[in-house]
Parts: sequence; C-alpha cells; structure tokens
Amino acid sequence: MPNISLSRAALISGALLLAVFPLTGATFYIQLGAKIMIMAIFALSLDLLVGHTGLVSLGHAAYFGLAAYVLALISPKYEAASLWLTLPTAMVAAATAALIIGFLVVRTAGVYFIMVTLAFAQMLYAVFHDTKLGGGSDGIYIYIRPDATIAGIKPVDLENPVQFYYFVLAVMIAVYYLLSKVLHAPFGRALAGIKINENRMRSLGYPVFTYKLAAFVFAGALAGIAGYLAASQFGFVNPEILAWHHSGTALMMVILGGMGRLHGPLIGAFAYVLLQEFFSAASVFGAYAKHWQLAMGSLIVLIVLILPHGLADLFDRAHLNERGDVNPADGEPK
Amino acid sequence: MFYLIQLLNGVQYGLLLFLLASGLTLIFGIMGVMNLAHGSFYMIGAYLAYWLIKITGSLWLTIPLGLSIALIIGLALEQTFFSRLYKRDHLYQVLLTFGLILILEELRSVLFGDDVHGVAVPALLDFSIPLTDTLSYPVYRLFLTGVCLVVAAAMVLVIRRTRLGMMIRAGSSNREMAASLGVNIPLLFALVFAFGTALAAFAGMIAAPISSVFPGMGNQILIICFVVVVIGGIGSIYGAMIASLAIGLADTVGKVLAPELSGIAIYLLMAVILLWRPQGLTNKA
Repeated sequence: MPNISLSRAALISGALLLAVFPLTGATFYIQLGAKIMIMAIFALSLDLLVGHTGLVSLGHAAYFGLAAYVLALISPKYEAASLWLTLPTAMVAAATAALIIGFLVVRTAGVYFIMVTLAFAQMLYAVFHDTKLGGGSDGIYIYIRPDATIAGIKPVDLENPVQFYYFVLAVMIAVYYLLSKVLHAPFGRALAGIKINENRMRSLGYPVFTYKLAAFVFAGALAGIAGYLAASQFGFVNPEILAWHHSGTALMMVILGGMGRLHGPLIGAFAYVLLQEFFSAASVFGAYAKHWQLAMGSLIVLIVLILPHGLADLFDRAHLNERGDVNPADGEPK
Repeated sequence: MFYLIQLLNGVQYGLLLFLLASGLTLIFGIMGVMNLAHGSFYMIGAYLAYWLIKITGSLWLTIPLGLSIALIIGLALEQTFFSRLYKRDHLYQVLLTFGLILILEELRSVLFGDDVHGVAVPALLDFSIPLTDTLSYPVYRLFLTGVCLVVAAAMVLVIRRTRLGMMIRAGSSNREMAASLGVNIPLLFALVFAFGTALAAFAGMIAAPISSVFPGMGNQILIICFVVVVIGGIGSIYGAMIASLAIGLADTVGKVLAPELSGIAIYLLMAVILLWRPQGLTNKA
C-alpha cells in the first residue's frame, strides 16, 4: 500500500521538522510552536467527536477550560505543583464534567446536540465568570509552572521554553498515537459505524448511547490535557478560554484541516494559528491588523463554500490524482 | 409590589426573547438551517437604532427605516450565503454562520467602535407610573411588553389564518411534498428568513433604550435563545412562547433571589427539561 507509507513518510518528516525547529533558537517562535501544538491536541480531541463519531459539539472549550481552571485552583501560590498529581486531576475533572454533561446531551441529536453542548459550555462560563470561585472575569494567575520531578529525578523543566516545547511535542505525538490505536480498535470502528448509520448499529445490538457517551468523555479528557498545557504555558486562566469563540475556533481548525482523518486537525491547527498571526500582523495590514477577525471570518465563510473537506483533502486529492485514482467525472476518489 | 415589578420585568424580558426565538425556531423548523448569526441581527437592530436616532432624532422614524434596512440585509445574506446551506450538513451551517458573526462583530467595531452607547427613551414614553411612595414602573417597559404582545399575536394570526401561514406550515412539516404541490419553496424560504431576521433586528431596536448598545450583545442573547428553542422544541411557535416566558421569569427571579447563580438557573432548567423530554416541551419524540 504505497499510499499509506507515503502519508506515514509525510507525518514522520513533519514530526522531525517540529523536533529540529527549536534549534533556530527564536524563543518567540518556539513559544508560538508550543501554542499551536496545544491547539492541535485540542483539535484532535474535538475531531474524535466531529469527524469520527458524527457528534458536532460547539461546547468543547468547556473541558479545555475546566482543566485549565483546575490547575490554577489547585496550584499552591508560591511553590510549584507536581505535574504527576495535577495533570491527572485536571483530566479527571474534565472527564467527569464531560460524563455529567454528556449524559444529558448525548440523548439529543443534530441541531439539538449543537445547541445543547453550546449551552452547557456557556453555563460553565457563567459559573467562572459570575462567581468568585475562579477570580470572576479577571481570572487567576499561576505564578509557578508545574514541576515534573518524580522519584527525585526531573525529566523536564517546564519553566524552560525549549523543554516545554519538547514536552508538548511528546504529548501531541502520544495523543495522536493513542487516537490512531483507539480508532482502529473495535471501539473506534463502532464509532465510525455510528457516524455513518446510527440506527443500523443499534439494530446490530451496539449500545449506541454508551459508545457515544464514552467517546464524549474520552474527548473531554483529551481536551483537558490541552487545557492543562495551555494554562501551564500562559500562567493565566480567565473565563474566555471556556467561551464559545474558543469552541468555534477548534471546530474551524478541524474543518480547515479536514475532519475524520487524524492529520487533518494537526494541519488545521497550524494553518489556523499561522493565518491568524498573519492577519493580525501590523506590518502587513497596518491599522486594520486589529480587525483581523474580519479576514478570519471571511476566510471561514470561503472555506465552507469552496473547500468543505479541508486542506488535508486538497493534498490527498492531488496525490490521488497523480496516481489516477480520482474519478474524472466528479473528482471524488474512486 | 416589589414582586409585581419583578413579574412585569420577567414577562417583558420573556416576550422580547420570544421575538428573537420565534424567528430562530421558524428558520430551523422550516429550512433546517442552524443560524448562529441570528443574535447578530439583534445587535444590528440595536446599532441601527443608535445610528438612525442620531440622524432622524426620533424612534418612530427609526423603526420603519431600520426594519427596511434589516429586511434588505436579511434578503441579501439569504441570497448570497444561506440559500447555499439548505442541503448542507449542520456542521457547515454552524461554521459559515460562525464566520458571519466574526465578520459582523468586526464590522460593528470598525463602524461604531467598541464603546457602550445609550439610546434615549422617546420623550412621549419617558415617564414612570408610581406604584407606591418609593417604587414606580417605567412606561417604556410597559410599551415594550405591549408591542411584543401585538407582534406575537399578529404572528400567530398570520401562521394560523392566512394562505402564507398555510404554506409556511406545509413547508415546515414536509418540504418536498409542499414543493411538489406547487409552493414556491425558494421564495418562501427567502421570505421566512428575511422576516425572521427583521424580527430579531426589531427586537434589538426596541430593546436598545433599556438595554443600551454594546459589543457582543448579540452573542449573549443568542445563547439564551438556543435554550428557549431547546426547551420549546424546534419549529414550534407555541413552544417558543411558553419557553420564552419561563426563561424570562426564571432569569428575573434568579437575579433577585441569588444574583451570583442567576446565570446558571436557566441552564439548570434546560437540563431538567432535557432529562424529562429530550425533544422539547411541545414536540413528540
């Protein structure tokens, strides 16, 4: 299967490129790279729902934001929290929230699901925005990044931007690997079946509700990892990370890259953040740089109208075309 | 007396929500389009009111002018974007309308800046009815309640009693069948969409004097409208009416009893309804 080995080669060279990138030594871009990879993890987790299970969630930022808040709330003020303690706690919190909310939202389908996931995410936003629990609308600072020391050994220093970058890269590759295993396992095949025809899966005897709920909780936990990393990187959380703009951005990354294939969200996250940096660059757009959302919004509209299958499809299609695997009548793969 | 005021406020807020949610639910129910940008029309209405009142000096001139502008914007957007979305997956409807929100919000920022603006209550209605020695109720709010009731009644009449309403109901229950019976579906869709968005803009215009005009106002109310539509059931005008009033009252009562938790009350109400009837109050599963 030359097709698979080729895309694998592309993936490995992509990973290698990311691995040597910090050698350039530009701290700003190293931090930007880490930020993009965190968003890529977030987009990967959302794609498990949108692309692989057919559940369009517009409230995924809730689990990202909740895990970030958990880190901020359990970190001691003047000393470092333990990574090995706080990361699982944050993930469990995100997964628990996803379990409770999922129990309610997975009963609904279609537009209801979209609206209800959005509404519950907004409820969490209201909790952190309106009450004193998480510092209200001002948010909370995390003065010291989590400490990775375990059994007296410190494998990685998260205060160091380069080491933080490599840590995020390792987590991203681990999440990618985990998802590729899960999606090829019977569980992942069942999700694919649910996406295509839920009723058929139900009549085949699959407990569809349980499968969807499990996917929702799993995606929530993975989004929690991304949120935890984001809070560690910026040292700051505020309610905006739970807000629906953030959920919409993640959804856009998934579509921009191409949903339902694992490298799609990765390409999408890189393309989206880099485009955003470009549109908000004052050196290019001058006074209009602060209105970058105008360009971003227009881009989103254009993508939906002309490139609904995302950038990954563009590459895959060009590649298939070369090999003559595309049906000349409609351009769809044979 | 204090509770009477809260009750009136709750009803007034609920009716205002109904103007928005009814358009949203009709657009869902009839065209199957998930329109996130519906809240942006509320914002457009409010900013139109702010801008036109500065020019014309009167709310009474502003409303017909603003409504015509909103209708034109609605029709233009329907023709350029939404008409391409009717057969697409909800995911793409969400994304395209999300993109539209970003564009409309940013245009608002370019044209009007990011400050909060007030809109004056028209002089004719700018007084209060004294209820006790210390409490009084502003007449503009009563006027707002009345206007919303009239619009709601007119809408129910149009949908229940006219030929147009018959076509709308037919299109909503079975699009293909209605089309094959000779209903001009593209025209009907364009009309319903423009009408729904104009209604949202109208709500924004008449609410501007009491809520002021500020960035992000559309998104805030949009999510509340989603809660209304989820509780009421998609496509149901009556469901939207009941749910709007319930949310209006729940929100107002919540603000009085537990101000910090009032933002959460309506979502809890939604959670209970979802457990009880996942398809909404009025829709049979």
